Amino acid sequence: MGKVVLVTGVARQLGGRFVRRVQRDPDVERVVGVDAVAPEHHLGGAEFVQADIRQSAIGRVLAETRADTVVHLDVTGTPLGSGSRTSVKETNVIGTMQLLGACQKSPTVRRLVVKSSTNVYGSAPRDPAVCTETTAPKSLPSGGFAKDAVEVEGYVRGFARRRPDVSVTVLRFANILGPAADTPLASYFGLPVLPTVFGYDPRLQFVHEDDVIEVLRVCADEPRRGTLNSGTFNIAGDGVLLLSQCSRRLGRPTVPLLLPAVTWAGSLVRTLGMTDFSPEQIRLLTHGRAVDTTQMRETLGFRPKYSTAGAFADFARGRAGLLPPEALAGAVDRIAQLSLRGSGHLPTQSAN
Amino acid sequence: MADAKVIPFDDDRSRGSRGAGSRRRGSSAESAPVGDGPGGEVQPLPVRGAAAGDPAPGPDGPSGDPPAAESGGGEDGGLERRVAAGLSFLRRRLTGDYEVDDFGYDAELTDQVLMSLLRPVYEKYFRVEVKGVENIPARGGALIVANHSGTLPLDGLMMQVAVHDHHPADRHLRLLAADLVFVLPVVNELARKLGHTLACAEDAERLLAQGELVGVMPEGFKGIGKPFGERYKLQRFGRGGFVSTALRQGVPIVPCSIVGAEEIYPMIGNSKTLARLLGFPYFPLTPTFPWLGPLGAVPLPTKWTIQFGEPIPTDGYAPEAAEDPVLMFNLTDQVREQIQHTLYKLLVQRRSVFF
Repeated sequence: MGKVVLVTGVARQLGGRFVRRVQRDPDVERVVGVDAVAPEHHLGGAEFVQADIRQSAIGRVLAETRADTVVHLDVTGTPLGSGSRTSVKETNVIGTMQLLGACQKSPTVRRLVVKSSTNVYGSAPRDPAVCTETTAPKSLPSGGFAKDAVEVEGYVRGFARRRPDVSVTVLRFANILGPAADTPLASYFGLPVLPTVFGYDPRLQFVHEDDVIEVLRVCADEPRRGTLNSGTFNIAGDGVLLLSQCSRRLGRPTVPLLLPAVTWAGSLVRTLGMTDFSPEQIRLLTHGRAVDTTQMRETLGFRPKYSTAGAFADFARGRAGLLPPEALAGAVDRIAQLSLRGSGHLPTQSAN
Repeated sequence: MADAKVIPFDDDRSRGSRGAGSRRRGSSAESAPVGDGPGGEVQPLPVRGAAAGDPAPGPDGPSGDPPAAESGGGEDGGLERRVAAGLSFLRRRLTGDYEVDDFGYDAELTDQVLMSLLRPVYEKYFRVEVKGVENIPARGGALIVANHSGTLPLDGLMMQVAVHDHHPADRHLRLLAADLVFVLPVVNELARKLGHTLACAEDAERLLAQGELVGVMPEGFKGIGKPFGERYKLQRFGRGGFVSTALRQGVPIVPCSIVGAEEIYPMIGNSKTLARLLGFPYFPLTPTFPWLGPLGAVPLPTKWTIQFGEPIPTDGYAPEAAEDPVLMFNLTDQVREQIQHTLYKLLVQRRSVFF
């Protein structure tokens, strides 16, 4: 008997990609995608069930499909299309509670994979420079997606205690980037001029979409020999990039603003409803965050294909801003050539 | 003597491998007299050198060093190379094509820019004399424990320059800094790029496990913000957390004594109200600050000595030793006493605060 995989949040790019990928897996017999709205992209022949995970209908879907693997990807920071922050929060928290309740009643579920985020570590100057899975944040996130993620993880831990027979994996993803990324940070990097916080150069870590899909597949499967795929893992590419490096590699100029001004402007645009630039996003762009990925390598046995810099390079391709790095490099090279040509008389001056 | 061209001989003795640094000074010292050598304490202001291209040894300068050839013959080629190196550096910076480690340490920026900014302060202003740099292991992790003083943490920065410029294996010191450093704008950015990180056990152990040289000042704010009357009296060494960190990683502890930093800002008072208002642990009142405004914030040009002591090995203990409070207190006291003892010895040897 093959596996039946139920995936939530398939109306998003990431969910759609994961469904299409897992559909090609020979061990998988059936893939069921669930979301409140119909996806605009195709699901590669997978079944789609339109169900809101905030309703108890999800229990019926789970029972009817007899799914044995549940991949919960509907934990996100941004609304899909025109949604409000409230509906996102409800989907994250109430949706997770409903889904976990359904899983608890289902006799067939054997494996649960939940998408979380390194946002749970918060971002504070008093935190260690590199967070491990066991690092307790000095200040818990006060709101926004980070708080949702903390609460979701809390419910998942409770579920894992009540159903010890189910293998539970929580993946804390660093900022996901890729050619089709629709995360808040990706839209931030899409601004023509990047507002930054004056006097701070945060460390950022990225993980490429391809690696996200791959690690989700690894966790939705039986563990490979010598590895363990239940537990909590940080998923991030190797190394870090500073925000200043990102802006230069992207070729977008930065406008340093004072921290109070940034906080005030952030709350203003939130009130006006223009964008959901949350306080935790500002904190990330102030203090930055880096996580340790030893567990991902050694316990989970997963090696990301893209480093942080590689994921960013792939994201930056075709998104060059006002000051493309190639043009700047070319300008410096031209100056170098000029100075080389002019150096015929320079030594006589300096030797005087 | 005013138009004499000077080549610094003596400076090359201490930092033989730093050709670029000495050349830079060689070109800038054409009219200005050179400061001091590493051995001499009082330097006569008149020029100690010879005209460019004339490789005559200075009065007490060491002969046998090749600085003349470097700054005389290699001038034209050197300048060209320097321009090219500068441009390629600029190119890398502008395009973001450089590396930082997980802690945000920007090795290239530190080597090329930040150290060059600190070096004049180190060499010309405080005229730091370094002793016992060979006590720092050439490879592997080590924890350097130093006394802390001077109202502003200049002693940590000078210690970093000392290790950077004098250690034969070109090691970099990674300092552990107070959380206040990472709250302040600009300061936190520079601190991260210089390789500093938050003084917590997690970060210290991670750095030591990577085989880095970690510098810590366990006195913390108690040491740096103590009144002038208590100078060179070591404060309590925290809770000895640095010892358990070193024990857990099995790295040696190198005690380090810094003389001279105590007198740069003689703190005669502490405005607790202002400190509370600004959120600082103390607000120093010195004879000049804040009465003279920004001018009062200029440190006094004291003469410094940094002495690295004999390393104390920690790899001979059992793994559970890091949880043994008695051993911890004993080792903490041993380190503390060694630093205090060296401080007194250096103070006795010191002729004057400023020379």
